[in-house]
Formats: sequence, structure tokens, C-alpha cells
Amino acid sequence: MIETSITASLIAIAILVALTVILGGLLGFASIRFKVDEDPIVDQINAILPQTQCGQCGHPGCRPYAEAIANGEAINHCPPGGQQTINELADLLNCEPLPLDAEHGVESELPKVAVIREAECIGCTKCIQACPVDAILGAAKQMHTVIADECTGCDLCVEPCPVDCIDMVSVNKTLQTWQWNKPCGATQNTEHLIAVRNL
Amino acid sequence: MNHQATFTKRNSQQQLPGGIHPPERKTLSNVAKLRQAPIPNQLVLPLNQHLGSVAKPIVTVGQKVLKGQQIAAAQGRISANVHASTSGTVLDIGLYAIAHPSNLPTTCIIIQSDGQDKAIDYNPIADPFNQTPETLRTAIETAGIIGLGGAGFPSAHKTNTQAHKPVHTLLLNAVECEPYITADDISLRERNREIITGCQLLCRASGATSIKIGIEDNKPEAIAALEHSLTQEILHYPVELTVVPTQYPSGGEKQLIQLLTGLEVPAKGLPTDLGLLCHNVGTAYAVYRAIELGEPLITRVTTLTGEALPAQARGNYEVRIGTPIKDLLTTLQTHWQNLNRLIMGGPMMGFTLQNLNVPVVKTTNCLIAATQTELPTSEPEQTCIRCGHCAEVCPASLLPQQLYWHTKAENHQALVQHNLFDCIECGACAYVCPSHIPLVQYYRFAKGEIRQHQAETTKSNRARQRFEARTARIEQAKAQREAQRAAHRKKVSDQRPSAKAQTSIETINDPEALKNAFLKAQKTWLDAQKALEYSQKNSPADTSKLEVKIEKLKTKAEQAKTQWEQAKGSN
Repeated sequence: MIETSITASLIAIAILVALTVILGGLLGFASIRFKVDEDPIVDQINAILPQTQCGQCGHPGCRPYAEAIANGEAINHCPPGGQQTINELADLLNCEPLPLDAEHGVESELPKVAVIREAECIGCTKCIQACPVDAILGAAKQMHTVIADECTGCDLCVEPCPVDCIDMVSVNKTLQTWQWNKPCGATQNTEHLIAVRNL
Repeated sequence: MNHQATFTKRNSQQQLPGGIHPPERKTLSNVAKLRQAPIPNQLVLPLNQHLGSVAKPIVTVGQKVLKGQQIAAAQGRISANVHASTSGTVLDIGLYAIAHPSNLPTTCIIIQSDGQDKAIDYNPIADPFNQTPETLRTAIETAGIIGLGGAGFPSAHKTNTQAHKPVHTLLLNAVECEPYITADDISLRERNREIITGCQLLCRASGATSIKIGIEDNKPEAIAALEHSLTQEILHYPVELTVVPTQYPSGGEKQLIQLLTGLEVPAKGLPTDLGLLCHNVGTAYAVYRAIELGEPLITRVTTLTGEALPAQARGNYEVRIGTPIKDLLTTLQTHWQNLNRLIMGGPMMGFTLQNLNVPVVKTTNCLIAATQTELPTSEPEQTCIRCGHCAEVCPASLLPQQLYWHTKAENHQALVQHNLFDCIECGACAYVCPSHIPLVQYYRFAKGEIRQHQAETTKSNRARQRFEARTARIEQAKAQREAQRAAHRKKVSDQRPSAKAQTSIETINDPEALKNAFLKAQKTWLDAQKALEYSQKNSPADTSKLEVKIEKLKTKAEQAKTQWEQAKGSN
């Protein structure tokens, strides 16, 4: 009796050991085979950031800021994204949606785009070198111009211009970009409410 | 080829899901015959009456134009030409108010009428049923025809089914389900033969092989007139006329297709996915005019109705495109003191005009000058009581209440999952809502938000790609420079001794190289000599070092010379 129970427990131990080895091996294999090199959270954060590449957060571009956020930096350093971006980041990272840090700038009402006063441009190419998204066309001693569709309104080209011929212009609503307003919602005025009487 | 027409009538069991029965108010305007509206003093012709890109003016200020002359050219595939609706002079090309809920101005061409109404020579197409579909489509495109039912999609592009998918059936939408509007009803009564011809021309242009006409049973005169001419006319295609029960919104494109064929247009799809093409009565008539008479789209039938208009003035008018609404209402002797709201389009899907100086455009099918009692100001919005009436009446079988909650929460993902983009904005849900919630306005807002968000995402993705490409390019250039520098350093350090050896070997063998070396050395020496003389002449600086150097250079040059001469002699 005792012998059989010992054999049974030995068999059980052997099976468990075998299982441990097999499963451990599988896990080890999976961790090498399906290794994720980059932190996927950085990509997710980067997808939320507005990609203006303006550097107002103190980082050279949106991706570096995404990496910084993943490493614990505050989420409210991005003025172009504004409150909407902060809320989305707070949703993603499950933290408190803070108000925008005014130290890094203020959220602008309308989107902006850089416009070169072309008659004044001397063709120095300094703005071309400053543009983070290659949205300025031109060559040395040739007039430069901004590709408005590609301009993110980051402001970085304004400062290097030696003749100050770049303006940041607000993009006004056109019939193509106009949209309906949100209705104001249920009235707070009690006199409009349906009268309910006790019957 | 003579085909037969068939007539069917749908009973009330074969109806749409949902739908409502608002008061029709069609008798206000469907008693009088079709009349001509007067030619206004000034015409305002907006360049974006259609969906798609804005047309480009091809006339200049001060230029004389004739009726039917093209004044703006379509830009790109989805766009439409604009023509002068009467003869006169171009007064201005600039920003003017148009009928749009945004009240934003747009580029318009202003024409001062000369009162002569002199037309250009029209070029009708002879024997159009033997012409190629391309010829017909070009004629439709040249005439600037767009969908006159309301959306204003350029008809030539819509009819060009080879561009997307072949169609087998053309649907003529004569349902006109919105209250008040009777423009198609009156057109069908008075111009049914032309409309049938126009419809067959559209069929020819699109490559369809049969025609289905859908009409509501609240237009008995129009049905009788259509039946009469369908039996009399020579038909090039089999035509099926179906009378559908009166119900709003059975005139929606997707709803009509469901009623007539039993098929449903897939979400995000088009009727061409089912081999169908839907055109409006007004469009068919414009196509007839463009092909058979060669006349571009310069007039349209508009219903002018509402209780603020005198009873005898209510009715349907053939209005020149570009007629200012104020002029039109003044000639009809509107009771301005009774006018509470002026609506362009129907009471369900139209919008209130803020400015009376806007013109009638190609898509203006109706103007309602309503009194306060007729269309009272909407009641204030109250909280949703979750009664579910909206879901019962939705013709697209959506869940309006869920869409409302998600719009309030701005939950875009949930809105897309609840098929917000299948909403046709018919307004049935808002019509039945006991809390007077402007549901359609919520959905329009949500659609705009989602579209804007998508546009922003696309733009930011592009910005990211460009930024990454730029960073990669800069890094690559830097790495390349580094590599070049390293290679150069290596080359220099490797070759320095061997290079000397090589030159000495070469110089022994090659008198030509030696000659060059000598000339070079001589030039350096002479240049240095010149510089020395110059400095001695102009400044009293110490030149002893320079003199030593020049002496060295001179020796070098002489050595080179002897080497060269030796080499020459040995060869």
C-alpha cells in the first residue's frame, strides 16, 4: 500500500516537473521570439500628440515628448494639442487630466499657418532649415514659399528669418471647413418645463 | 425599339421601416399652374452651387454676357460650370452672402441685366438616342447640370458609371415626400413628356437598360399625366411606374431604392454598388433641355409657398438661377409683417435664411415664407425621457437616442459603431420627439466633429511622416559626412608615404610629369617673389623670413628643372 502511494506521488511529481519544464521552455521561447523592442505606449502617446513638432514642450519634436511622458513627465506641456490632447492622454494613461501648463504657451483659438511675404524674402534658406516638416520650398537666393497644407503652424520659422518676412496667419473657417454648432442642450429655465400636477 | 410601360401600386404593407406623416400642406402651391418668375435687375451667381470644387470665373468685370453664356468653368472632375441666366454686364466678381446655414460669404459673379434677355446660339444634339453615351455626358457636363433634388452632385460625373460601377436600372425619383414642396408634382403635370425623354437620355448616358419611376400616391394628377404619356410616347427602354404610399421620407435615395427594388444600399456604399442610379425629376428635365435644346442649366422650378405669401401668388415658378430672394418675394407682394421665418428647402430638411439678399441657386427647390402660427418657433429643448419614439420612426433603422447620448458625451468611436454616418438627416426623430430635442442638429454637429477629427489625424500623420523623413535624412547626411571624413583620414594616413614613393618613381620615368612639377614649382616661386616685391614697396615690415622661404622655393624649382632636363635627355 505504502509503496504504491509512494510510486503514485513520484509519478505525480515527475509529471509536474515535466510540465514545469515544458511550460517554462514555452514561455522562455515566446519571450525571445515575440520580443517587443520598442515600448508600444510611446507609439500610442505619439499618435495622440498633434505632431506640430513645435518644441514648445521643451523636447525636439513630438516623439521625444511622447518618450518623456512614458518616462513620467507631465502630460500638460503641449499647447497646440490643448485640453483635448490632455484629456485623451489622461484617458490612455489613466491619470488626472490637468489643465494646460501656461509656462509652455497658450492654446490658440484658430489653427495658424505660416505665410512668407514673398516680395521681402531674400532667399537665405534659414526658415527651410528650421521647418521640422519640410513645408517650406525654396533654394539659396531664390524666393521661398510655405506649402500651406503641410504647415503645422509650429512658429519655428519665424524667429530665424533675418528680414522678418514670415507671418503666422489664422486659418479662418470656409464653407468647406465650416461645421454645425453643438445645440445648447436642455433648458435650465424652469418656466419652459412641462407642468406636473398632483392629481 | 418600342418598349412597354408597366404600372404598379404598392400597398401600405410594403412600407419603409419607420417614417412619419406630417401635414402635407401641398395644396397651398399645387393648384396654380407653372408660372415664369420675372427676370431680376441683378443676378447673383455663386460659384459653388454644387458639391465639389468651386468653379473658376472665365469672365471679367465689365464684360457683356449673353443668356446661356458660360461664365465660370468647372475645376476638376467633381465640379460644375456656371452660366449667365440672362444677358447683361458683369458688375462684380467678389464675396457675397449665399444661402447657407453658416452665413459665410462666397465668391459670386454679379450680372446687371440689360432687359433684352438675348441668348447665345444653342447647339442641340441631333438624334441623341443614336449618339454615344460620352457625347451625352459631355453635353450634360457642359450645361452645368447638378442634382436638382437637393444635394447638388454634378450629374455628368454621377452618370459616368464606367468610372465606378456599371448600372442596369435608372430610378427616377418623383416621390417629393417633404411637406409644402410641389415643384416636381407641377413639372410632371405640365412637362411629363420632356421629363420622360430626359430620363431616357440619362439612361442612355449611363448605360442603364431599364427605368423605374417612383411617385407618391398624393399626386394623382401627376400620376395620370405620367401614365398617359408613358402609353403614348415611343419608349427606348422598358419603364416601370410604381406608386408608393405617402410617407415621409420615402423620397430619400436609399429609401426609394428600398421601396422600389427591395434592396438596401450598403453602409458607406452607393446605389451603384447595386447597379442602380437615382436621378431627380428636375435633373431629368434639365438634361432634356441641355441635349434636345442645347440650353444650359439657367432656370429651375421652385415652389414659392407659405402663408405669408398672398394666396394667388403661391405656386411654382420657373426662376432664373441667381435671382435674389428679396426681389422674388417683393414681386410676389409678400406680407412682410406676417413673415416669421423664411425657409429654403422643405420644413423638415431645409434651413432658415438669415439674409434676404441671397440668390436662388440650382438646388433651391422651395422657399417657404411662413407665419408664426404656421411654423411656430421651436419649443425649448428638454431632457430626453427615453420614450423611444425616435427609434420607431427612423427610416434607416438607427438608434437615435443612443446617438444623442454619445453625441452629448462626444464619444466618436461609439457614434461610428452606431452607424451615425447612415443617418440621412431626415428629421423624423426630431419631429416626433416629445422633449423637442433638435436631434438632427446633434447628429450634424457630431458628423462635423468626427470629420474634422479625421482630417486632423490625417494631417498629423502626414506631419509625423514628414518629420520622421526629415530626421532620417539629416541623420543619414550626418552619417555619410562622418563616413566620408573617416575614409578620407584613412586614405591620407595610408597613402602619405606610398604617394611620395609613387611620385618619385613616376617622375623618373615621365618627363611630362616632371615638366609639370617644374612649372608648378617655378610658378610658386615667382608668385612668392612678386608678393615680396609688393610688400617691400608698400610696407617697411620685416621680410627676411619670406626671403629665406623664396630662396628655398627657388632651389626647389631649379632642382625640378634639372630633373626634368635629365629625364628628357635620358629618353
